Amino acid sequence: MPTLVSHPDEVKIISRRFGAGAADIEKYLELDGYKAVQMAIEKGAEWVINEMKISGLRGRGGAGFPTGLKWSFVPKQSEKPKYVLVNGDESEPGTCKDHVIFLHDPHSVIEGTMIAGLAIGAKMGFIYLRGEYRYLLKVVEKAVADAYAKGFLGKNIFGKEGVDFDIVTQTGAGAYEVGEESALMESLEGKRGVPRIKPPFPAVVGLYGGPTVINNAETIASAPHILLMGGEAYAKVGSERNGGTRLFGISGHVERPGVYELPMGYNLKKAIYEVAGGVKGGRKLKAVVPGGSSCPVLKADELDVGLDFDQMGKAGTMLGSGGIVVLDETVSIVEFALRTIKFYQHESCGWCIPCREGTDWLKKTLTRFYNGYGNKKDIANIQYLAENMMGRTFCPLGDAAAMPTLGFIKKFREEFEEYLEGHRTEKALITTEEMIGAAH
Amino acid sequence: MTVATIFIDNAPREVNPKQNLLHVCLSLGYDLPYFCWHPALGSVGACRQCAVKQFRNEQDATGKIVMACMTPAAEGTRISIADPEVVAFRAGVIQGLMQNHPHDCPVCDEGGECHLQDMTVMTGHRQRVYSFGKRTFRNQYLGPLVNHEMNRCIQCQRCVRFYREYAGGHDLNAFHLRDSIFYGRHEDGVLESEFSGNLVEICPTGVFTDATLKHHYSRKWDLQMAPSICVHCGLGCNITAGERYGTLRRVVNRYNHEVNGYFLCDRGRFGYEFVESSLRIRHPLVDGKPATRSEALERFGAVLRKGAVIGVGSPRASLESNFALRALAGPDHFFAGVPDEESRLISAMVRILRDGPARSPSLDEVEHSDAVFVLGEDLTNVAPIMALRLRQSVRQAPMRLAAGLHIPEWLDHAVRETVQDAKGPLFIASPYATKLDDIATATYHASPDDLARLGFAIAHAIDATAPEVIALSPELETMAAKIAAALRGAQHPLVVAGASCRNRGVIEAAGQIAWALCKVGSPASLSFTMPECNSFGLALMEAPPLSEALRTVRSEPVSTLIVLENDLFRRAPANEVTSLLRGVQHLIVLDHLGNPTTDAAELVLPAGTFAESDGTLVNNEGRAQRFFQVLNPSTDVQESWRWLHEVSVAAGSKSMERWEDLDDLTATIAKEIAAFGALPKVAPPRSAVGKIAREPSRYSGRTAMLANISVHEPRPPQDPDSSLAFSMESGPGPVPSSLIPFFWAPGWNSVQAVNKFQSEIGGALRGGDPGVRLIEPSRESVWQYFSAIPPAFKSRSGEWLLIPVFHIFGSEELSRHAQGISQLLPRPYLALNPAEASLVGAKAGGRIKILIEDSQFELEIMLRADLPRGVAGLPAGLPPFDGIQLPLFCKLASVGTEFSARGVL
Ligand SMILES: Cc1cc2nc3c(=O)[nH]c(=O)nc-3n(C[C@H](O)[C@H](O)[C@H](O)COP(=O)(O)O)c2cc1C
Ligand code: SF4
Ligand code: SF4
Ligand code: SF4
Ligand code: FES
Repeated sequence: MPTLVSHPDEVKIISRRFGAGAADIEKYLELDGYKAVQMAIEKGAEWVINEMKISGLRGRGGAGFPTGLKWSFVPKQSEKPKYVLVNGDESEPGTCKDHVIFLHDPHSVIEGTMIAGLAIGAKMGFIYLRGEYRYLLKVVEKAVADAYAKGFLGKNIFGKEGVDFDIVTQTGAGAYEVGEESALMESLEGKRGVPRIKPPFPAVVGLYGGPTVINNAETIASAPHILLMGGEAYAKVGSERNGGTRLFGISGHVERPGVYELPMGYNLKKAIYEVAGGVKGGRKLKAVVPGGSSCPVLKADELDVGLDFDQMGKAGTMLGSGGIVVLDETVSIVEFALRTIKFYQHESCGWCIPCREGTDWLKKTLTRFYNGYGNKKDIANIQYLAENMMGRTFCPLGDAAAMPTLGFIKKFREEFEEYLEGHRTEKALITTEEMIGAAH
Repeated sequence: MTVATIFIDNAPREVNPKQNLLHVCLSLGYDLPYFCWHPALGSVGACRQCAVKQFRNEQDATGKIVMACMTPAAEGTRISIADPEVVAFRAGVIQGLMQNHPHDCPVCDEGGECHLQDMTVMTGHRQRVYSFGKRTFRNQYLGPLVNHEMNRCIQCQRCVRFYREYAGGHDLNAFHLRDSIFYGRHEDGVLESEFSGNLVEICPTGVFTDATLKHHYSRKWDLQMAPSICVHCGLGCNITAGERYGTLRRVVNRYNHEVNGYFLCDRGRFGYEFVESSLRIRHPLVDGKPATRSEALERFGAVLRKGAVIGVGSPRASLESNFALRALAGPDHFFAGVPDEESRLISAMVRILRDGPARSPSLDEVEHSDAVFVLGEDLTNVAPIMALRLRQSVRQAPMRLAAGLHIPEWLDHAVRETVQDAKGPLFIASPYATKLDDIATATYHASPDDLARLGFAIAHAIDATAPEVIALSPELETMAAKIAAALRGAQHPLVVAGASCRNRGVIEAAGQIAWALCKVGSPASLSFTMPECNSFGLALMEAPPLSEALRTVRSEPVSTLIVLENDLFRRAPANEVTSLLRGVQHLIVLDHLGNPTTDAAELVLPAGTFAESDGTLVNNEGRAQRFFQVLNPSTDVQESWRWLHEVSVAAGSKSMERWEDLDDLTATIAKEIAAFGALPKVAPPRSAVGKIAREPSRYSGRTAMLANISVHEPRPPQDPDSSLAFSMESGPGPVPSSLIPFFWAPGWNSVQAVNKFQSEIGGALRGGDPGVRLIEPSRESVWQYFSAIPPAFKSRSGEWLLIPVFHIFGSEELSRHAQGISQLLPRPYLALNPAEASLVGAKAGGRIKILIEDSQFELEIMLRADLPRGVAGLPAGLPPFDGIQLPLFCKLASVGTEFSARGVL
């Protein structure tokens, strides 16, 4: 188990049981476990949704959609069964927060799933883990089994006649795209991990065609804490319209990388320089990718901004999945842009043309550029290809590939131009291999 | 229909708000490019090619790029197709598609009729910017019918959507992801779907192409084409046949909204190769030897003068040819060339449709049925396109769920996600499991008599005044009640049956259900499959069956038997046929493939196949449809009716003198037989329409193709029968829908040019779909319920009821001789329930002895657990058993043992 980091500025709500052995159900119960869900059963769905709305909790999966509102969209009456889906696909590069929740506090995810189920009238939940988290499956499955053994899951939970809830766990097969909520449902149904068209939204037509709430694992794990402390108290911890705290995974060239729980709106610069101990080896900071690799990059002089959905949006980037990647002066942006696009190219599901072909062309162009065979037109073409994807693909993966690319070009155009001069490789003949790099 | 006004580049246009923007733009005639959308498959938004710019209101100058196929054509919608930003985006999409495309148009079979070519030109993408290597794939062997060349793929997903989601196939899929998605099978092998040939047209590129065309390839623009009708089953799908250098090169779909829509089955698409089979009769044969035309006519005349003639017609010959024989032999001496039982069954079906209140639906109506009961039919193998239509019909009822959530029908994947596995009511009662069973609500496999009993029980459950079935088991009672409830609860209930079980009870029971529904006020449809392409038409002639021919020969002095396009050895046991042939001095046969009947003939005249003929066929709906000649009439081969006319005139008969051409003939038929009164309306007469070119305007080599024989360009052959010309020259004026030789429009070279011929995309052809219904239900309520309900089937000890098992490839006479299809025929076998196999010591893959009447055969065994007890199956129509008239009881014995003495009758 990786060592846990901590910092005095942290406000430990979600992480309060981390390191306390709460994967064990007895310990979890000792630490107020399964109290919130019983309160929810007592007080009913409306109360839960209201508390969630007051709390100002916004989805931790990346888009920041208000959770209480999302839950309230699910129709009360439905011919088909309703479902709660926990998105534990956590695959956005730079993101590693759900992982610690599953590892240290799996019961909070289970309890949160049950609360969401009560709120929308679902009797079944699914916890979907990314394929690479197979080793966490053991932890989660044990927690689920323990909850069943205690009568917290199954029929007549907590001895309450007619209150049923079941949880099923599932892992993906390694595709990033199945983190997108509708592709995740396809995957869970045993189909190709390709996204669905919206509308209809999952709240109306979701898993197996039933009304479905899908939330990020951290969003779900926040629910029991919110009910315990009250929506209002939770909201107060965060910034305006951004209730509570969230887990930030700070990685890259910092002294103390790790997952920290900071209040929403916490200053990014402080997070890097104080919480994470500043740039490694005292080197100069060059750039920061603030919320997972799909967020447009920030330059060193743009870091004085609050870490919440609205302030980051104003700063021209996104809070995203809370994965902050710090790049120091040794980093070549060209190489970093290439590494980023390689990821999205590799993960494009192939459903739509601008993303499928665009990411491929981008990758090949950047590879050639990086290898020193680039030319001036490439920079314009990179921009063109990314713009051709922006907002025009079937699902946001196209945007996720285009946004950082456009960001790199916009903010580091000079570096691209200098790279062209500094790394020109003159050869009469080049092999296709060299030209396209390791294409596949 | 409600109408909405939308604005396209500021012009107000009236559109159907139930459709999406792409659909309405195409209907209005705009050239908006698209790939993943297909009118039969709906929208999925994958390719992003159909982008338009949408504006919020008149003031909005920025707009937003949206996919036309994913956006409803709602009232007040404002879009631009011409906006420069969206024009550039569409060109960018094509650029993306062409990135990895091999650009091998010159050697690609799709070239010249490729949707990708058309769309690339349409978007104006000309310059290749992409300078990297291209990805390559390994191609697969997919069987003798469909060719695979994956490098041309643009990943539009259409193939898989058609094959799996639309046609219910399993062995074609998308594999892998990103730019290396692969469409194919999990391993090389013959595609399993009966509809695999549609990939050729569904795929907008040259990935899937017609493997049979490859053997004698020609570009579309070099093909001489004509509208035709499929002759390989009773549904009458509309086809376009293509010729080059005097040989038939291929068949493609000819859209008819009411009949086949966009699709054909593989038997229909690839069966055409029989026309070029080595069995083809291309010259007259006199006493088994090739003869000239005049020798043949002379002999024919001489024989006619010798004495009385009888004629045997055919359900696979046109109305015109049958009528000509009827005229030559005289109505009393003209017999339907079908076995007695089959003839009786078909007449029963025609009577039920004519005298009762239930209407025979078009195939489009079949697709829109919301509760279906199939009685006794293996539709996938007997009437394949009906099976494909029924696959869509089970979506009708659940689709209402999506409609309730305001998800439009065309938003295909959203509808499918909403509906999931829910299916509307489809019940199948058949003697053995069928491929449609996978979408059935419930199935029942039983002997034909038991099937009939279930049918009668359903009718009784719908209307208690219909006779009750005595001694029905409680399970069947429950099932009947369930089916009755589903049919009664539907808005468009449908009953399907046919002659496949060769059981009158089955047919009457189906009629009974439909009538009972009508009686209780439900608008029930009743669809009968027909064994052959003109079974219905021949039945309307009301000629007596084959046994009457034998009786006539025995009771009257008959000197000559003329057989029209019919192998009698398929119609009756060999001994009966032989005694018929012995009863006459002369046998004259008009046919196109050699067979035992032509072998026995004194005179054989080379009859035209559908490709060399004009004529009319009546499909199972009762729709008369015309087919037109596509091959140059440069040989001795000609329509049977033309041969008969020629002989009759030469022999000095007056009756046919007046028929100068097809129009005269159809007018005569209409006058003489009331049922065919509408025949002249099936296609406009020659005099009413200007010339229509069979050859595209880019037809090449016209002056050169025969230059090796003579440098003088011959005069193009004249067509006395239709407005279609064997030339590139067309007169002005629109082409009537029944005469469209091929779909082409400027900029639209692929089959999707059909867009330009439809009144609304996916709707009727402009001017109405081809074909005229010859039969409508009776308005008078003179009908009465059938009361002859068969007793329950009792299996006999030591005997099995032998029933026909149908095969899409093999059971039909002509397509069996197509080169591609011939590789896919089953070997003769005997199917047996494994529970009974041990009784006769039979093992899967082993052999068994079978005693039918007094003949013995040895056959391979196939074990089928779905066969009812006491019932065994024999592949229908497969030689050498094609003359045996099933069903009948047979005895079985293990190889090496003898049948018991009692066994041999
Ligand atoms: C390409 C792509 C990948 C995504 N991957 C994840 C993921 O791994 N985990 C996650 O929680 N959300 C992911 N999302 C966001 C989900 O679609 C969805 O918005 C989220 O699960 C909703 O939960 P929330 O409201 O709690 O944030 C992804 C979205 C896209 C477009
Ligand atoms: S943008 Fe298109 S290709 Fe890319 S992941 Fe989404 S649907 Fe697939
Ligand atoms: S094979 Fe044809 S139909 Fe299938 S995805 Fe490729 S281009 Fe489209
Ligand atoms: S369904 Fe029948 S008519 Fe249609 S293509 Fe197939 S064989 Fe021909
Ligand atoms: S046709 Fe509209 S996205 Fe493909």
